[in-house]
Amino acid sequence: MPSGGAAFVQTESHPPQPAPITVRGPLAWMRANLFSTPGSGLLTLLAVAFVAWVLPDLVRFLFTDAVWSGDAATCRTKVDGACWAFIAQKFQYVRYGSYPETQHWRIDLTEAIGAVLIVWLLWTSAPKRNVAALLFFIVYPVFAFFLVRGSDLIGLPIIDTSLWGGLFITLLMSVVGIVVSLPVGVLLALGRRSALPIIRTVSVAFIEIVRGVPFITVLFMANVMLPLFVPEAWTPDRLLRPLIGTALFASAYMAEVVRGGLQAMPRGQTEGAQALGLGYWQSMRLIILPQALTTVIPGIVSTFIGLFKDTTLVAIVGIFDFLRTLESARLDPNWGGPTITTTSYVFAAMVYWIFCFGMSRYSQYTERRLKAGRAH
Amino acid sequence: MVELVERAKPSGGSLIQNPIVRGAVYQIVLVALIVFVVYGAATNAMTAMERLRMPTDFGFLGQTSGFDINQTLIPYSHSSTYAEAFWVGLINTLLVGVVGIVLTTIIGFTVGIARLSSNWIVAKLALVYVETLRNIPLLLQLLFWYNAVLKPLPAPRQSIALPGGIFLNNRGLIFPNPQFGEGAHFVGMAVVIAILAAILFTIWASRRQKSTGQQSPVGWVWLALLISLPLLTYFALGRPITFDIPVLKGFNFAGGRQVFPELVALVLGLSVYTASFIAEIVRAGVQSVAHGQTEAAEALGLGAGRIRALVVVPQAMRVVIPPLTNQYLNLVKNSSLAVFIGYPDLVQVFAGTVLNQTGAAVQVMAITMLVYLVISLFTSAIMNMYNRRIALVER
Repeated sequence: MPSGGAAFVQTESHPPQPAPITVRGPLAWMRANLFSTPGSGLLTLLAVAFVAWVLPDLVRFLFTDAVWSGDAATCRTKVDGACWAFIAQKFQYVRYGSYPETQHWRIDLTEAIGAVLIVWLLWTSAPKRNVAALLFFIVYPVFAFFLVRGSDLIGLPIIDTSLWGGLFITLLMSVVGIVVSLPVGVLLALGRRSALPIIRTVSVAFIEIVRGVPFITVLFMANVMLPLFVPEAWTPDRLLRPLIGTALFASAYMAEVVRGGLQAMPRGQTEGAQALGLGYWQSMRLIILPQALTTVIPGIVSTFIGLFKDTTLVAIVGIFDFLRTLESARLDPNWGGPTITTTSYVFAAMVYWIFCFGMSRYSQYTERRLKAGRAH
Repeated sequence: MVELVERAKPSGGSLIQNPIVRGAVYQIVLVALIVFVVYGAATNAMTAMERLRMPTDFGFLGQTSGFDINQTLIPYSHSSTYAEAFWVGLINTLLVGVVGIVLTTIIGFTVGIARLSSNWIVAKLALVYVETLRNIPLLLQLLFWYNAVLKPLPAPRQSIALPGGIFLNNRGLIFPNPQFGEGAHFVGMAVVIAILAAILFTIWASRRQKSTGQQSPVGWVWLALLISLPLLTYFALGRPITFDIPVLKGFNFAGGRQVFPELVALVLGLSVYTASFIAEIVRAGVQSVAHGQTEAAEALGLGAGRIRALVVVPQAMRVVIPPLTNQYLNLVKNSSLAVFIGYPDLVQVFAGTVLNQTGAAVQVMAITMLVYLVISLFTSAIMNMYNRRIALVER
């Protein structure tokens, strides 16, 4: 063996080379995710063309060509931009309806307290959440009623419900819906699974009938027929009627969500409660319902999102909710600009979207938490 | 199982402790309460209806309505009865339901499949579609389509002309109206014969495949039969079907058939909104099929298209059908939002105009709700039948 043959042996390792661009990096990513097949490539080109066609117009309409400040005259000259000045001017109205301006603080205060309670209730690691539930479901509704409506006892002038309106009504309708529908829905769900035939039949009939008809007909019924069914002296307030209709409607849907949770409970839980000598209501209250309701939180949130969107229908019985106030603002003859209609709808869509999307994110978060809990 | 107490053995002790007695007491109290409430409501309603001079029977249905409806599929005029107005409303509701269900299924399945596409931008666009549309109230979307999209369209004179003699303007969509001449029904019969022949061929092809393993081009035969047979008949009979092409005359179109903007807005809004929910249902269904199924099909040498058609979709349908039924029912129920944009559906015509004119609130509301209940039960019965047919057969 000649000496020096060892010179061919590599003694030091090569510095690591970057991966070829066809395997890693943006080019490889594009190849895998945008142009994997000719068909996929064609779809990509079409999709890019679509985005390139829509996006600039959207940005122009919403931002660059939009009227941010000014009056009706400025908006009338702008043909292809949103008229945000109009929204700014009508903001008070779509927020509070015709509620007297000097009393707006009462609504603000009610909403602020409600928001604090809801955050406390929904924030999963907050302390004493049962206290929050008690406050939100029992104390808060009474408190809010007196604060918003007013009473001579506490020295606040009474504001008639015919003046209530705007986003406040939308929130009121949904909160009343959820506060009433949760307990009633639980009772209906228990009734549907009861061994007592009459209770079961009544619950099933109520749930199926309410779920089988459109919300509008429930509202119509509450509006037209409720006054017929009760003695003349008791005729419910014009705002109370749709509230009752909304609450009944939401209860039927909530009952089905809760039933799903009850059905998911393993039999051993009931047997365990029985072995401890607990009665029906005790075992329900202490063992079954807390677990069942926790598993169906995503379902409850979805029902609430649906309820929040459905409150727009109360306009049919003459309630000025958020969308209805915006509709009447839109038709204001002083603001006859060409983009007023579109601007109003885009604004309404953004408000509803922020609420609903936020809630759906919360629901997904609880779903992930539940899955993590089960994995252990 | 939660009915623990009711099942427990009746033990001694006081009567209140006895679960059977307690259950009976609960039920008696409930029945008494319901009887009391219903009786009270009924007597109140009777006196109130008398005081307000509202009709208490269904006689009003035979009276002349005195109002016009601009969109009807059956003959109707202001001298028709309230009962006929009811039928107009019901048929209009069913029309929206059927067209909406077809359209929303197409959009929903397309978007749902797109959500799962390996193409990043297509999947993201589908995601944006779903997350935007399902988080905005349907009513707002209907108002948007109607007031912001369709109303500002140009007047008839400046109509947007689409290919095929179709025109779009602020009075709706105007398209050629087919006129059926002498012998036109033979063309229809040719379509039926073509379908029957294709079905027979499919059965023969599947038998042949089972016995010999040889496959036949079933799809091509369907296509060829369905196109050629009616077309041949059409020309052989000297073109019996002609089209009444809409022509601009003065300020509006003459001839053709018109779909009013209310109907377009309603069908479009309902379909686009419901499709966002169907897309998620489809996605969940496809994702519920175990990946091993796809891998096994790949191992057998099937292509991507055939894997989807023969392995994934049939299994996904089992998960998809029940929630899909709910969405179809929602679409039909939501068509009642027609009242907000003035499309004459059941709620707008019957629970709106007829109720206001006759004052027969109880009867009208009862009939309206009954109709929706029947539609709901009928739809879910059909879907349950289909569901049973495709359900997993377990030993």
